[in-house]
Amino acid sequence: MLAAEQPQLAYRDVELAVKGLLECMAKALTEGERIEVRGFGSFSLHYRPARVGRNPKTGAAVGVPDKHVPHFKPGKELRERVDTASSAR
Amino acid sequence: MAITKADLANALFNELGLNKREAKEFVELFFEKIRGALEDGTSVKLSGFGNFGVRKKNSRPGRNPKTGEEIPISARRVVTFKASQKLKDRVASNADQLRQHLNQK
Repeated sequence: MLAAEQPQLAYRDVELAVKGLLECMAKALTEGERIEVRGFGSFSLHYRPARVGRNPKTGAAVGVPDKHVPHFKPGKELRERVDTASSAR
Repeated sequence: MAITKADLANALFNELGLNKREAKEFVELFFEKIRGALEDGTSVKLSGFGNFGVRKKNSRPGRNPKTGEEIPISARRVVTFKASQKLKDRVASNADQLRQHLNQK
């Protein structure tokens, strides 16, 4: 898990805060809410229409119902920092 | 309305009793920590939520979709996110409410 060092918070509190933060984000996404963090990126749901899938083992056709899947789009600062770090080495 | 850093900080304030300044700083630090790791090429695993990783992309020929003009796309590193099975299942289990909610938008 994330080792966030923050001077004024005890280790256990950091753990709780990370959990709370992730739970809040997971809940928002589950309810179809977008999350936007400037400089980091945004989380949203993408729609996947129903399709006919196959069991890879048996080849049997199975119907897969339509669904929403979580998607992350990196923000500008994150994109640029990750990319320029690569050209520096 | 989309959830923002301020909303996340508020949730920590309401639910965990961090004071407002601590909550705001914590949210800032949390995302900065992830950015820093990805910048170093380190993947970040958040159990129950998902994994962030970095992928190297080779350069490839691209095209300006508007003009059809060919331009090379340089090699680069990009961030990927893969939601955990737990999060995917959670979203999928809420299909009915989502259908209503997202249709209203």
